[in-house]
Amino acid sequence: MSFTIGLLVVTFFASLGGLGLFIWSMSNGLFGPESAASRVIFGAKEIGLAEEPAAASVAGQNALQETMNRTGHTGEFSVLTAEEANERLIQDASGKWPVLLCIGFAVAWLVMASVFGLVASIKLHVPDWLTGQAWLSFGRIRPAHLNSVAYGWCSLAAFGVALWLMPRLLRTPLVGAKTAAAGAVLWGLGVSSGIIAVLAGQSTGLEWLEFPWQCDVPMVIGGTMMGVALLRTLRNRAVEHLYVSVWYIAAGLIWLPILITVANWPGVHRGVSQAAMNWWYGHNVLGLWFTPIGLAAIYYFIPKVLGKPIHSYNLSLVGFWTLAFFYSQVGGHHLIGGPVPGWIISLSIVQSVMMIVPVTAVAINQHRTSWGHLGALRDSPTLRFIVLGGMMYTLASVQGSIESLRVVNTVTHFTHYTVAHAHLGLYGFFSMVMFGSIYFMLPRVLDWEWPSHRLISLHFWLVMIGFATYFIGLSIGGWLQGLAMLDASKPFIESVVITKPYLLVRTLGGSLMTLGHLVFALHVGLMLTRRGAVKRGPTLLRTRSYTPGSAGLALGGSGA
Amino acid sequence: MSREAQVDLTRLIAGALAIVTFSIVALVVMPYFLTRTTTRPAKPAPYTTAQQAGRAVYIANGCIYCHSQQPRDPSVAPDQQRGWGRPSVPADYVHDEPHLLGTMRTGPDLFNIAVRQPSRDWHLGHLYQPRAYMAQSIMPAYPFFFEERTGPAQAGEVVVKLPPGAAPAGVRIVAKAEAIALVDYLLSLDHTYPVRTGRNAGAAP
Repeated sequence: MSFTIGLLVVTFFASLGGLGLFIWSMSNGLFGPESAASRVIFGAKEIGLAEEPAAASVAGQNALQETMNRTGHTGEFSVLTAEEANERLIQDASGKWPVLLCIGFAVAWLVMASVFGLVASIKLHVPDWLTGQAWLSFGRIRPAHLNSVAYGWCSLAAFGVALWLMPRLLRTPLVGAKTAAAGAVLWGLGVSSGIIAVLAGQSTGLEWLEFPWQCDVPMVIGGTMMGVALLRTLRNRAVEHLYVSVWYIAAGLIWLPILITVANWPGVHRGVSQAAMNWWYGHNVLGLWFTPIGLAAIYYFIPKVLGKPIHSYNLSLVGFWTLAFFYSQVGGHHLIGGPVPGWIISLSIVQSVMMIVPVTAVAINQHRTSWGHLGALRDSPTLRFIVLGGMMYTLASVQGSIESLRVVNTVTHFTHYTVAHAHLGLYGFFSMVMFGSIYFMLPRVLDWEWPSHRLISLHFWLVMIGFATYFIGLSIGGWLQGLAMLDASKPFIESVVITKPYLLVRTLGGSLMTLGHLVFALHVGLMLTRRGAVKRGPTLLRTRSYTPGSAGLALGGSGA
Repeated sequence: MSREAQVDLTRLIAGALAIVTFSIVALVVMPYFLTRTTTRPAKPAPYTTAQQAGRAVYIANGCIYCHSQQPRDPSVAPDQQRGWGRPSVPADYVHDEPHLLGTMRTGPDLFNIAVRQPSRDWHLGHLYQPRAYMAQSIMPAYPFFFEERTGPAQAGEVVVKLPPGAAPAGVRIVAKAEAIALVDYLLSLDHTYPVRTGRNAGAAP
């Protein structure tokens, strides 16, 4: 025991020292004048103006602006000039095709993934359902679900958001939109072939890495093409400062190909060291790919919709580096109690707990920025999804830190509790943030308003209630399962029986989520085919101004 | 392009690469060298061709999503008391590519299933219909590993012996090659031989 504690302490101080050294060497300029960098996402005098293309008509955007005025954040005279509106219009439209391809594929995969997930969930409490064909068996549908979520829905949505955000953040049109569009198609083809391979029984057997390498090739090429377009845009930038979202997106784009390459390197991974690699990858694809993109979106959209810079720009950069440093080493906590050297586990536990640092940085920034303006959630669909997604990021991360502690992990390891936790991260946090981002982006990209605000509300409530049901039910079930498994006096089957009602609750929640996704997919479909009455309100970027004391926004002509 | 933004970008790329390299060294390269030096033990024996084929069936059908293969130390969990075997060590996995350690125990650990259930008949029947053996089981049935036959028996066919009422009347259930191979693999899962233990052998303290 004392050896374990000694190991933990040494690991703790070594990593703390390492991080201190790292931040010190990176900190030159980090604590410079921060207001300039946090204002880079606004026009010269735009602060104080709300922007929400998904608002319900002009009245909706006015209501949002009034909410912001009432909560009194600036009192400045705020204006978006014709020139600025024009530039932003060009930036928003510059990535039209790659963005639409990414989001279109992503939403299609979301629906597929939901169906796979629901089938897998039902099979766990109706085990004799659909057992006739191999491709429909649980052991194939379940990895099909995970991979279509991770590489179909989440990754393509992430690319779509990155391709749309970067031109705005760098104030320059996307360079190489055609290359990026071709990349999106290649990625989509890779994912499709990978899912077919998994269903056909060609899985590699490694969790998160199930696709045969032949299917990874088009994904890597496609991802690189999108990455190259973004990096070329970065080189072409017209801004003085790199906003924190740029840091997250650019780093994510650098990390993803490294992760995939190392994980798929032929001929070196086997046995226990492969298990260590497997969880290094499995956790880093979350920490160094989805999380950075999700946080980039949070750091952009919350201040943008509210018309208010983030609370502390420097804190956001400290959060960035600590996230990268700690998160990249947490994977080993999936092997607690397993046949791996103790120091790997200790290192991972220490870093998992240290994740509290970046998470607190994000939480302070997010909540201090949106606090006091929660009324704006009523008027802005984007904020509704993103603020809740941000809250679930905090929850998921704190839960993850606690879960890595041996005393908790002993109960939760190998149980459905972990599954619920994974969904809090990738669904509660990441998917919610992507929903919000898509509601903001598509009206600008398509120059068309969302046909129905009822459908947006329906989507929101279905997935929120569905997810709450899913998460709470499965967490309780998983915890009871873990306790039963630890009790040697109970036969193993009792740990199975105890979960059955909760597995049913999971199916219930999952059904509501799937229904919500169908509503969302239908709405995106209506949007892409430009259904609905012509409404040209908040969708259009136009010169706008707000004078303190006036009733609402003064809208000029279209910026186009 | 401002100089400040240029410095930011350089710092970003250098820092991102430094951090990911650090994590690769800690969690990929070091485990590789540390577990590679484990001398190849006399046991476990390498998989036979039939066992290897069964292992492929295990992988293709995602058994890993419900079954782990890593009994834990008695100080962590009562795995040994459940009959799942001694804590596993890196040397036990020396022939495993890909590794099948698993992350879920929706079903029991299988690292020593051959010891607990040495009967081929039991395994074949259990794969055909788990609930014929354990009424409350939620394991899927695998009818596609079997075919129903009538008429005269053919040479070499493996007829599954099922509990009464588990199969349709008037047919016999014959195991396909996948089922036979999978059971061959499951019956190879016996890691009860003694191993050198201690921290360096890898059992987490």
